[in-house]
Amino acid sequence: MSPSLEIIILASLVALTCALPGVFLVLRRISLMSDAISHAILLGIVVMFFITKDLSSPLLLIGATITGVLTVTVTEMLIRTQKVKKDTAIGLVFPFLFSIGVILLNKYASGIHLDADCILFGEIAFAPFDRFIFQNVDLGPIGLWLMSVVFLLNLTFIIVFYKELKLATFDPALAAALGFTPILLHYALMSLVSITAVGAFENVGSILVVALFIAPPATAYLLTNRLSVMLILSGAIGIIAAISGYWLAHFLDANIAGSMATMCGVIFFIVFIFAPEHGWLARQFFRRFKQWDFAKDILTVHLLQTELNHADQTEQIVSHMTDHMLWDHPFTIDVISRCLQDGLIVQEGEKLILTNYGREKAKISILKG
Amino acid sequence: MFEHVFHLIASNYTLQIVTLGALILGITAGALGAFAVLREQSLLGDAISHATLPGVGLAFLITQDKSPLTLLIGAGIAGWLGTICVKLITQSTRVTKDAALGIILSVFFGFGLVIITIVQKLPTATKAGLDKFLFGNAATLLKEDVVTMTYLSSIVLLLLILFWKEFKLLTFDNDFFKSLGLPFHIFDILLTTLIVSAIILGLQTVGVVLMSAMIVAPAAAARQWTDRLGVMVILSSFLGALCCVAGAITSSIIPNMPTGPIITVYLSLTVIISLFLAPHRGLVWDWIRIFHQRAMIESASILQNLLILSESHTDPFHPHEAAVLKTLGTDTLRRNITKLVRAGLIKQYPGNLISLTPLGLKKAKVLTHNLHTESQRLI
Repeated sequence: MSPSLEIIILASLVALTCALPGVFLVLRRISLMSDAISHAILLGIVVMFFITKDLSSPLLLIGATITGVLTVTVTEMLIRTQKVKKDTAIGLVFPFLFSIGVILLNKYASGIHLDADCILFGEIAFAPFDRFIFQNVDLGPIGLWLMSVVFLLNLTFIIVFYKELKLATFDPALAAALGFTPILLHYALMSLVSITAVGAFENVGSILVVALFIAPPATAYLLTNRLSVMLILSGAIGIIAAISGYWLAHFLDANIAGSMATMCGVIFFIVFIFAPEHGWLARQFFRRFKQWDFAKDILTVHLLQTELNHADQTEQIVSHMTDHMLWDHPFTIDVISRCLQDGLIVQEGEKLILTNYGREKAKISILKG
Repeated sequence: MFEHVFHLIASNYTLQIVTLGALILGITAGALGAFAVLREQSLLGDAISHATLPGVGLAFLITQDKSPLTLLIGAGIAGWLGTICVKLITQSTRVTKDAALGIILSVFFGFGLVIITIVQKLPTATKAGLDKFLFGNAATLLKEDVVTMTYLSSIVLLLLILFWKEFKLLTFDNDFFKSLGLPFHIFDILLTTLIVSAIILGLQTVGVVLMSAMIVAPAAAARQWTDRLGVMVILSSFLGALCCVAGAITSSIIPNMPTGPIITVYLSLTVIISLFLAPHRGLVWDWIRIFHQRAMIESASILQNLLILSESHTDPFHPHEAAVLKTLGTDTLRRNITKLVRAGLIKQYPGNLISLTPLGLKKAKVLTHNLHTESQRLI
């Protein structure tokens, strides 16, 4: 395989792996825990490096994962003391752990491959240099193998505990009442997030991990109401962002991780504007539609009232509507033409008369309140 | 040691500049941080500070000018844009605030990274210029940086004092604020803009990655010591300035010590001390209070139970077996009996028998009466 193909495959795998737990982070409204975890794991890696003196030791990954879970635990303990609010607690714990990690790194480990820039940005471009060689056979980059293991772990967990996760996410009270111990599930999920962040961050850095955890699921959230569809869509969006990000970086000769994060943002922005049901345009359109709908109701009900009360014929004249409803003139004309179009009313000269259909509609509107 | 540091500052011009810059930053970030924390916008600070990065890069790319004012304006615009995006996303879709913050934070930062890698490849750019914006480097503060910071900080603090009443109301009761007919959105945006300004003040010293700690931590610490906004803002400024100056000096004196992280460590220690020891709210006082209350309830329940038992006898001081009270827990019982005997409220007989003393009887009656009236009041 060519290095660039390997990078694209690895990036897509990272995106896919992050998207799975990311869906639950977004739905459970704890997205920023991924930010906290992906920063704090630096401390675990650095401390473990001092103990083992070996950058490729698996203890580094274990130490980092434990630090990630520890960050969540400490943050939640701090929230439970009720001395600070939830967002403040998150904002206090991880900068502290991250800072200790950065200081240790700068003071005592300068000169080794591990440096703070690398942790923030990752260098996926170097991933193909680190080969997994077994009995003289080149089996591809180590990063690819590592991410595959993490991906299978995430996938298995979500398939096995799909029902439990779904229930604990959408109705934690019911989940607790049925004996599913949402706390246990919560920490299992947080451990997965930590493992994923650890596996991913060496390749893409802590900030892109956050982008891949949150942006694709949030994008998918705007497109569907079904959990299973959201999981698949998030993965797909992540992969699209990874591939397009790689080519963006290629053309601009810029940082790959940064370009992928940028593409995550671009895709989110496009979906944010154009999503069929939850997008910005759809909402605006829906609001206008409601406004006209309401205006048509008011007009027909008004005509019905004048009919029933045998009120003054002037009540039915077009120009009267503007004064009576306090609408401006163009809007009145617009509403009337829409009513004519829908066959709710007919116009005789200046006078508006309800059709049978319009009369029925108006009665229904009154009944609806 | 302090004397040594003081002497160093007095004799070293660079250190004077650094100290002054850190002081200005600490005061401003501390004061505005108080509002960010109280309005539950702590993590908005994190998002804004990350979001400023593309602004710094683009400002340089467009103007080819590395003066502090240009870069800060770029950072400010980007940070402000990030805030608007978060507001737009949360208001017009069902994506929640945490996800919106996460997206803006990571996407803006990623984009910033793209810009910076492009800038670094330009022949006109020297690498050192933009790198310091990540983790901050107080030692690179120049006189012109500090002058820019002083102007910006003065404007921010002046506006804060000028609209103090409005911001206070906005923070604690924005419904009332709206009902007074005051323009909510204008003041909301103004306060957010001031927070953005405080953040960009620290980009060079603390860096974008950890600037959020500079906003959150002093305010969270100050909150533990007081319930008054004015006191909190002043205390937050003071703590922010203290940690910021200490961190800036530490990083200038010790080689290979990044400024942002060391300031964050000092700030975190301040928060930990405040959380545990602040009078009234501190966790240590909570524990002591709980310990005292538990002890009081335990001995009171022994006295009250003895009173109930004694009512079944003609002699109120008739001894009873201590074992009947063992539901309290044997250890607790033994400890409290010793305590009550020492206080002269009960008397102990051989064979583990206990009875009330006349003093104890009076006390038990008072306790029971108080409990009764209290429960009546609650009903």
